[in-house]
Amino acid sequence: MAYVPLADQDSEMEMHHPHSWVTKYVWSQDHKVIAIQYGGLAIAVGVVALVLSLLMRMQLGFPETFDLIDPSSYYQSVTMHGMIMVVYMLTALLLGGFGNYLIPLMCGARDMVFPFLNMLSVWVYALSVIILMSSFFVSGGPTGAGWTLYPPQTSMAGTPGHDMGIVLMLLSLAVFIVAFTMGGLNYVTTILQYRCRGLTMMRLPLTVWGIFIATILGLFAFPALLVSAIMMLFDILLGTSFFMPAVIESGTPLDHNGGSPILFQHLFWFFGHPEVYIVALPAFGLVSDVLSTHARKNIFGYRMMVWAIIAIGGLSFVVWAHHMYVSGMHPYFGFFFATTTLIIAVPTALKVYNWVLTLWEGDIRLNAPMYFAIGFIFTFIHGGLTGLFLGNVVIDLPLSDTYFVVAHFHMVMGVSPVLVIFAALYHWYPKVTGRMFHEGMAKAHFWITFLGTYAIYLPMHYLGFLGVPRRYYAMGSTDFIPESAQDLNAAITIAALIVGAAQILFFINIFWSLRNGKKAGPNPWGSASLEWQTPDTPPKHGNWGDELPTVYRWAYDYSVPGAHEDFIPQNVPESVEPTADEQHFDPDHDASKADT
Amino acid sequence: MSLFKQLTEKPWERKGVIGGLNPEGAFESPPERVALGFFLTIASVIFSMFGVSYVIRMSLPDWEPLAEPAQLWLNTGLLAISSVLFQWARNTANAGKQKNLMAAFIGGGVFALLFIAGQMLIWKDLQASGFYVASNPANSFFYLLTGLHIAHLLGGLWVWSKSSIRLLSGSKPEDVRLSIELCTLYWHFLLIVWLVIFAILSNT
Repeated sequence: MAYVPLADQDSEMEMHHPHSWVTKYVWSQDHKVIAIQYGGLAIAVGVVALVLSLLMRMQLGFPETFDLIDPSSYYQSVTMHGMIMVVYMLTALLLGGFGNYLIPLMCGARDMVFPFLNMLSVWVYALSVIILMSSFFVSGGPTGAGWTLYPPQTSMAGTPGHDMGIVLMLLSLAVFIVAFTMGGLNYVTTILQYRCRGLTMMRLPLTVWGIFIATILGLFAFPALLVSAIMMLFDILLGTSFFMPAVIESGTPLDHNGGSPILFQHLFWFFGHPEVYIVALPAFGLVSDVLSTHARKNIFGYRMMVWAIIAIGGLSFVVWAHHMYVSGMHPYFGFFFATTTLIIAVPTALKVYNWVLTLWEGDIRLNAPMYFAIGFIFTFIHGGLTGLFLGNVVIDLPLSDTYFVVAHFHMVMGVSPVLVIFAALYHWYPKVTGRMFHEGMAKAHFWITFLGTYAIYLPMHYLGFLGVPRRYYAMGSTDFIPESAQDLNAAITIAALIVGAAQILFFINIFWSLRNGKKAGPNPWGSASLEWQTPDTPPKHGNWGDELPTVYRWAYDYSVPGAHEDFIPQNVPESVEPTADEQHFDPDHDASKADT
Repeated sequence: MSLFKQLTEKPWERKGVIGGLNPEGAFESPPERVALGFFLTIASVIFSMFGVSYVIRMSLPDWEPLAEPAQLWLNTGLLAISSVLFQWARNTANAGKQKNLMAAFIGGGVFALLFIAGQMLIWKDLQASGFYVASNPANSFFYLLTGLHIAHLLGGLWVWSKSSIRLLSGSKPEDVRLSIELCTLYWHFLLIVWLVIFAILSNT
């Protein structure tokens, strides 16, 4: 039997029902507590990575004034900032945090399929973070090889952290992948098997679709990282030559011979590119739901949105070598990867059009989550368009090692997912805590963050065109970079410091509102999807009280003509739905709004 | 309903309860089996990645083929017997019989342990003959692939030991049927993986 509501079996429920403070908040098997643990830890390491980026910016903007970091710690900061943000913050927060919280609630389930495995997942993730952070305290410090960890320089004497730092990084990644796999198996199995009665796949909110496909991508892509991490550990610890070529270090030939650094690059990017979409797809899903709810309108082109998520997921496995144009490849390969890169822009652009069309003639409520969601559309278009430039070999080659690339990937997979994360945190905060956040503070947080990120990254495109190289600790003086570039650098740093400081507003808001926020009620945004229909807010262990919900409709019945309210929850049967005869028909809400 | 038909459904048109108690599109399997299916796919990806790396690395000039020890054939036989015993245990449990169930299931695990011991013996012999892990990439891959395969077997043996304890403490066949079935599936998978590894290791 496929459908076995976990908590409806008394013995099963008893098995993981918390009995003490420790089992409720520490070794908890409740998906909601696990989600908060995942999310809290991911945000905490994200703050560490943010501080590292500010240290780098202070060095770049005011090289003569601050003496906080030396060249070695600059490289270590670059590496740790990148790796933490991409893997330990974004992936963990979007899948471990939002995935854990929303999947069972949006699917009408009591919990994940394997709650014990879920608990293990978060604690193994914590272990991976501890291993990573411990590299700050070992001799030589963390690795400074860049987040891509390219051999042979990862383990050569000139690279900071070439002894213990890189070993701890690889070990931590391997442990993270174990944690992700345990979580991922739970997410996909729960979505497939534990949906409640009537909830077909095409009735799922796009959040669940995004997380579902992203998890499948992760389950296929992370093995490539695991394989490369294992082989590189062998190279470093056992002296093998999988990736290490014959190389001379300070005049002494090393014991390696004949390995292929390019092989590592292929493996790394076979993971690395899908990783972009492992982060992006859940963000696409979350933002779709936030936009639809606050525009009081069904998401435009739901089916195409689902197909686009699937198409992007599939295509993301055949574009990886566009990260390697500068490593050199057969021109036909370059042509192939440039073509696939441009093709992946088609479903992505389709999603952007659909978001904009969802807003079109919507009854838009400009709440703080909506600010962040609309902000995301701006930054994502911006970062996506520069991606089209860089997907072409001839344009990528001169720009690849400049700030243009830094601007591109920060816009598309730094700022954009982070704006969605803020939108989603504010949007679901009332469900998680039962309280409303402070709207004014959240909007101030938005404007400083949104305008600030433009102040940071827009000028970087110009720096890139000027040829300012990325990864440099200090620029020195050159013939081709005008002195005014340094003024721009200083301005970027000031903006970065302001944006960094503005995040304090977010933390004040979420902690202050825990006690002082207005009571939210079960469904403050008037949302149609299932997670807002729980009998308790915040939902109790087991989510649904005595009886699991039954679903009668899709998740986007907003502004349905003739309906009593401007939304009809998924669990409201047709028979209860007021007809047009009983209600005043509002000509502004014509049928085209409810039909796609 | 076919996947294609599901994906072309227009959810805004259809109202009311669709499907029975089981959600449409769910597999008619216990979640454990679905999760194992995903896990086997992930494991296949991991081994395929190593396979691709092996082929690419082999094409580089410093590759010196390793003569595969004859004992690998014997070890392969041990793993095959292990798989056959698991299948026997599965058939017995499916038929709801108690007789021979314990012998077959526990015997399957013991033969897997013998396989691991055999592989380690090969490692020892190779070391004694001077074929160290770092001497040549062919050797490195030999140790790496066989080691990874053993690691997967050890994971399976952990589950096997838990189920064995349940069997020994008097659980009925129907209580352990799912565990036995999943172990069997996993063992067959690891046998196939081993045969593929053996083939590519021999093809130097």
